[in-house]
Amino acid sequence: MRPDSEAALAETIRAAREPMSITGGGTRLRPGEGQAPRLDLSALTGVTLYEPAALTLVVRAGTPLATVHQMLAAEGQMLGFEPGGEPGSTIGGVIAANASGPRRVQAGAARDALIGVRFVDGQGEIVRNGGRVMKNVTGYDLVKLMAGSRGQLGALTELSLRTMPMPPVRRTLCLPDLEAADALPALTAALVGPFEVSGAAWLPDRGALIRLEGLEGSVAIRATGLRDRLSQHGEVAEVDDDPWPRLAWPEARDGDGDLWRIVCRPGAAASILATLPRPVSLDWGGALIHVRLPEGELPQLPRFEGHARRVTGAAPMVLPAPDPMTRRLDAGLRRKFDPRGIFLGAD
Amino acid sequence: MMQMPEPDPTVLSRRQAIVTALRDAVAGAVIDDPAETRAYECDALSAYRCAPLAVVLPRTTDEVARLMAICHELGVPVVPRGAGTSLAGGAMPTADAVVIGLSRMTDVIEIATGDRLIRVQAGRTNLSVSGAVDGQDFFYAPDPSSQLACAIGGNIAMNSGGAHCLKYGVTTNNLLGVTMVLMDGTVVELGGPMGEGPGLDLLGVVCGSEGQLGIVTEATLRILPKPPGARPVLIGFDSSETAGACVAAIIRAGVMPVAIEFMDSPCIRATEEFSHAGYPDCEALLIVEVEGTAPEIDEQLALIRDIAVTFDPVEFRESRSEDESRRIWLGRKSAFGAMGQLGDYICLDGTIPVSALPQVLARIGDLSRDYGLSVANVFHAGDGNMHPLIIYDANAPGDLDRAEALGADILRLCVEVGGCLTGEHGVGIEKRDLMTTQYAAADLEAQMRVKDVFDPNWLLNAAKVFPLDVSASRRDARPNATPHAA
Ligand SMILES: Cc1cc2nc3c(=O)[nH]c(=O)nc-3n(C[C@H](O)[C@H](O)[C@H](O)COP(=O)(O)OP(=O)(O)OC[C@H]3O[C@@H](n4cnc5c(N)ncnc54)[C@H](O)[C@@H]3O)c2cc1C
Repeated sequence: MRPDSEAALAETIRAAREPMSITGGGTRLRPGEGQAPRLDLSALTGVTLYEPAALTLVVRAGTPLATVHQMLAAEGQMLGFEPGGEPGSTIGGVIAANASGPRRVQAGAARDALIGVRFVDGQGEIVRNGGRVMKNVTGYDLVKLMAGSRGQLGALTELSLRTMPMPPVRRTLCLPDLEAADALPALTAALVGPFEVSGAAWLPDRGALIRLEGLEGSVAIRATGLRDRLSQHGEVAEVDDDPWPRLAWPEARDGDGDLWRIVCRPGAAASILATLPRPVSLDWGGALIHVRLPEGELPQLPRFEGHARRVTGAAPMVLPAPDPMTRRLDAGLRRKFDPRGIFLGAD
Repeated sequence: MMQMPEPDPTVLSRRQAIVTALRDAVAGAVIDDPAETRAYECDALSAYRCAPLAVVLPRTTDEVARLMAICHELGVPVVPRGAGTSLAGGAMPTADAVVIGLSRMTDVIEIATGDRLIRVQAGRTNLSVSGAVDGQDFFYAPDPSSQLACAIGGNIAMNSGGAHCLKYGVTTNNLLGVTMVLMDGTVVELGGPMGEGPGLDLLGVVCGSEGQLGIVTEATLRILPKPPGARPVLIGFDSSETAGACVAAIIRAGVMPVAIEFMDSPCIRATEEFSHAGYPDCEALLIVEVEGTAPEIDEQLALIRDIAVTFDPVEFRESRSEDESRRIWLGRKSAFGAMGQLGDYICLDGTIPVSALPQVLARIGDLSRDYGLSVANVFHAGDGNMHPLIIYDANAPGDLDRAEALGADILRLCVEVGGCLTGEHGVGIEKRDLMTTQYAAADLEAQMRVKDVFDPNWLLNAAKVFPLDVSASRRDARPNATPHAA
């Protein structure tokens, strides 16, 4: 089913008798998702409002991410949370997955840039929350609740986003010789200094990567200071290409085995890495680890604050198992927003 | 005038049994002497007062959990309280409610500068969170003007902002996790590293829920390395429209000031008389502050100057020293005090799209004339969060009603141009009855469903946020209080 308006979507949901899987471009589905007949939102496209001087974009959920990128770039702007993705990815999918790239350490996640939503709940009721202004505490913040809800509470139809001016200058320093665990202290040093780092990551073929953005003079000053600070961690160089899009989409569906995504405190990353094979990437200063494990194998993680999730492979799996109290609240919300259980999603 | 629901007579009649049960659960924490509970009868919206049935001041999450379980079992409404600085009446009790205050829960639990976070008990004041990491050259970014007094738990409940949120965001953007006690006494941990838990973003909906979903007892907050320096400029204009256009141009250009503050002429004149900050006598004035090392500041200010000159400012005053910076901020910081000299005032908090600024200022001017009450504007221009101050005389009969009516008209105007009723102070009781101007029935229903999940009996701060008639069926469905069987 591919409704072409919010009203038609609401009608489809009201008439539904069987569970459905809400999809945008279908490029970010995880184990357990997309199994029921699809409720495809990719026909809900178009821009409702774009006011560059107010840093505000209101866009329908099925609009391709690439279209959004292009439109903003034409005005010298971007999505600050730097979502990556595969061709076909929609902005609704980005938001439903709270997909956030390397700049999260500086500019926040998708949920932080999202300032308003319209969605259709499981009864076919159209709901609006938030609006088009950045500061808004009028009533509960369902905007945050909907971001990252992966189609479990409703079908997003329209999103208001805060855009960001593109920085005039972008430079990336690297410490090419560092292995993942050795990169952690360097990334931390960069993030805790007065450098306004906009990316602190690691890739197997690149070593530690640290990005600075802003006005030319300012970036030059910070780069000098940062080089100085980092030199005790290894040889510092500067890259001349752009490695960041790879980090913005670490869930690329290539490679063997199952991809795992681990969110932890950077201070715990070393002890986690010690239990794993060489990771695919680190980001957010070590707070985000992606690693491939042989199909079906579970990681043997130490006790840590955070969680690990299998993002490709057979069945959904989160470690450690989420605690029963928060699960109860999650389940309660799903029952309230979708009492008939129409929206099928993974747990 | 705001109405409050009638107190539950069953609860009132069992007052002594309730107090005894609370005392048995947590010794030395219960206040029920009417002479003392009076201190909790209002928050900073002091026109509305009501002493609670009792006040409890626990010290730990476990104590909060025990107290909540008792109130839940006895069917007693609870009102959470931080420092009582809410401007919306969010912490105002009802006569049948137990206030659970967090003023004794002020510990720092953990500081981890490497992970850029601090964990504190939720009664700790906003400023003393920054204070705890000041020595390590870190700070906690959200800085409401009330930061000396207000508590982190209150900030989370209201999703409070501050002068620097243009660059650093508001509370929700700086909150990584909470420990929270639900109405039935259950303790939940929400959030996680980067603010992310494994399931739905419950932390996101708890932040800004005005004490209606649970009592936050501990919070993990993001801290940031202190910037090397900061410097303001003051730019004067001969019209509000031009000042508004200049704000848009600065934001569009990609400089990210930490603050852009706006004052209109009634506000400039009043503050000048009060603080003698040396402000130019003009129609509108901006204070723009940027951060960084000295050369970085110079680079940003040069860009801002280039932009500003195209708007023919009547004044462009760049600070050259600490003392000049202080002078530039002096008037802005004393603005509310200066307004206090003009009379009693109501401080509004609507947000508008920045592009609507000139139009909205003109309409506020018209409304002010129609009502015969003066309105001064001082606000965070970068994000459109306005704080029109309506000056009235509390001793003149009918003046408060007229001021409230004017306030409601201004907030309706904010919604009409695409903005909202409140940008940072919250709904509380103050804007409760205006909610239907911004939200349709289905929108409010969706929000109330969230409360149904966290607090099925609607015992927690239930007379706030939603218009009373809208929440009535849920509040009235409260199961009858059962006797305590300890
Ligand atoms: C002079 C002045 C200036 C101000 N400036 C600003 C400003 O610049 N920006 C801004 O955003 N606000 C400002 N405020 C408003 C106010 O300070 C904020 O709303 C603040 O966050 C309230 O914190 P509090 O601890 O005083 O909370 P309280 O007033 O005690 O409570 C506020 C709300 O939070 C709930 N609550 C409190 N603690 C908890 C908890 N632990 N768990 C769950 N719910 C809880 C209460 O039930 C109530 O609904 C200002 C107020 C004053 C008086």
